[in-house]
Amino acid sequence: MLIEITWYGRGGQGAWTSSNILAMAAALDGKFAQSFPAFGPERSGAPMLAFTRISDEPIEIHSMVYNPDVVVVLDDSLISPKVLSGIKEGGLVILNYTGGQEELFKKLGETPRGVKVYTTPATRLALEILKANITNTAMLGGLMKASEIVSWSSLEKAVRERFRGAVAEKNIDLIKRAYDSTVKVR
Amino acid sequence: MAQALVKPKIPVEKQVLMTVNGNEAVAYAVKQSLVDVVAAYPITPQTIIVEKFSEFVANGEVDTVFVPVESEHSAMSACVGAAAAGARVFTATSSQGLALMVEILYIASALRLPIVMAVANRALSAPINIHNDHSDAYLMRDAGWIQLFAENVQEAYDTTIQAFKIAEDERVLLPVAVNLDGFFLSHTLENIYMLPDESVREFLGGYRRVSKVKVDYFDEEVPLALNPARPLSFGNLDLYDYYFEHKVQQVEAMKSVPEVVREVNEEWFKLTGRRYGDGIMDGYGIEDADIILLAMGSGAGTMRSVVRKLRREGLRVGLLKLRMFRPFPFKDIADKLKNAKLVAVMEKGISPGSYGPLFLEVNTALYELKERPLLVNYIYGLGGRDLVPDMVENMVKGLFKELETGLVQPRLRYLGVRE
Repeated sequence: MLIEITWYGRGGQGAWTSSNILAMAAALDGKFAQSFPAFGPERSGAPMLAFTRISDEPIEIHSMVYNPDVVVVLDDSLISPKVLSGIKEGGLVILNYTGGQEELFKKLGETPRGVKVYTTPATRLALEILKANITNTAMLGGLMKASEIVSWSSLEKAVRERFRGAVAEKNIDLIKRAYDSTVKVR
Repeated sequence: MAQALVKPKIPVEKQVLMTVNGNEAVAYAVKQSLVDVVAAYPITPQTIIVEKFSEFVANGEVDTVFVPVESEHSAMSACVGAAAAGARVFTATSSQGLALMVEILYIASALRLPIVMAVANRALSAPINIHNDHSDAYLMRDAGWIQLFAENVQEAYDTTIQAFKIAEDERVLLPVAVNLDGFFLSHTLENIYMLPDESVREFLGGYRRVSKVKVDYFDEEVPLALNPARPLSFGNLDLYDYYFEHKVQQVEAMKSVPEVVREVNEEWFKLTGRRYGDGIMDGYGIEDADIILLAMGSGAGTMRSVVRKLRREGLRVGLLKLRMFRPFPFKDIADKLKNAKLVAVMEKGISPGSYGPLFLEVNTALYELKERPLLVNYIYGLGGRDLVPDMVENMVKGLFKELETGLVQPRLRYLGVRE
């Protein structure tokens, strides 16, 4: 089975890094994985996209993701109907969000049939644990709550491969805290 | 990528699982290939290859002499000098960088220097664009280089190592360009299996070995390499008395290439369990196909995924991936395509005022057949325009309709361009 994930973030928040970590973890699980950004000049703060594909079979396709199974939004200012475009029926949406639900669905608009929505207080947790507004690893925790796409042991190993020492441990702590704090809102 | 029925010499559990992008995969392949000299100049989207490799040099992980030159013209010139001195040599470039190298590309091939170059394929200016198409590869079409195209990151790694073996084979002695699509492969992370260092070393037979020649002013045979202790000269003035004969020899050397590419592909298969068709091309569903798509590079994978889906729906469509563009396998192509009703040549480049360069070759290949399939040329993906799977699906379905009506016009088409 092929799972396609679209990450919405802003330059500097590490959307591509979390996509890469997830791909590394999937590879450690024995799956085939692919991770790439929507290519363009990298500008700090500008909206950007990253994509992950995870499959039991070799991945042949090399286009962008148009019909994601999972959408992850790293920055609450990016929450809009746009992030739901092309999402598959029964797809998962994980948002970095802490506000009220009514306001959230006003921003997000109509959700397609069977789409499940989760919120993670990623900014709050990232500021608390990392002392920086870098929400990518927190959103990995949110993603794991919505669906354990990779094993925890591979995820931790991938984080330790990407970061070193205390930084890695802080990020693993953040992922676990974000997992615990993620709630299903639809 | 075929799976081995016979256990490979280095089974997958003894290979090293890495999650890397295409550029890093090439850098690791070069690191393992005992390269003596790397001379390069940075350019997007190739930069990571040389950047990563310069880390290996700085960390003392390789014995390679790294020459940071001031331009691509100098990069290829340094490669020519080093290769003529008997070194195993690598460089990498893209787009405008390749354009600046052109003068020396012809010299490298005519001097029969087995240089390996990665080309992270990128559009040519103007308008300026850093994204992928095959204009740069087509630019060097007539430069006398062997040109191989990778479909994915694993193939970019495998092909880079194979390229040294092909280039240095005494039947060949020609430079090889390994093409990987800019961004679609160069910057895309995929998990691959790398061989242990010693297996690559063994596959290549250690460092480059230079053949020996007999020249009249030395009593014994001498290595065919520049060395002040045993002076030889390369690239001498060669006017109407001998230039023609030497040029024909260079052209003739291309004839041995398909055989060597096939052998290396098989040897790699026995070693790793991976092979790419027969090394020259790889077909999927082409035996009974009414319509065959022909493509090179990462787009071939996207198209194959669509072809698989359409096959399940019962459409008789196939995909022929071409891995070797130079020398062009005219007879093999004609054999594979001869039973189709229609062939769509899919390519990321065009010769303005003509068709895509691949299309012209396929036309020539099919001319030998008494009964030929219809042929159309789709230009897609210029300047990095994404090849959307739905777009390919609609194209194929439209072609089946055209086949029914019998009117297949025009021959030159664009896929994914706004009107």
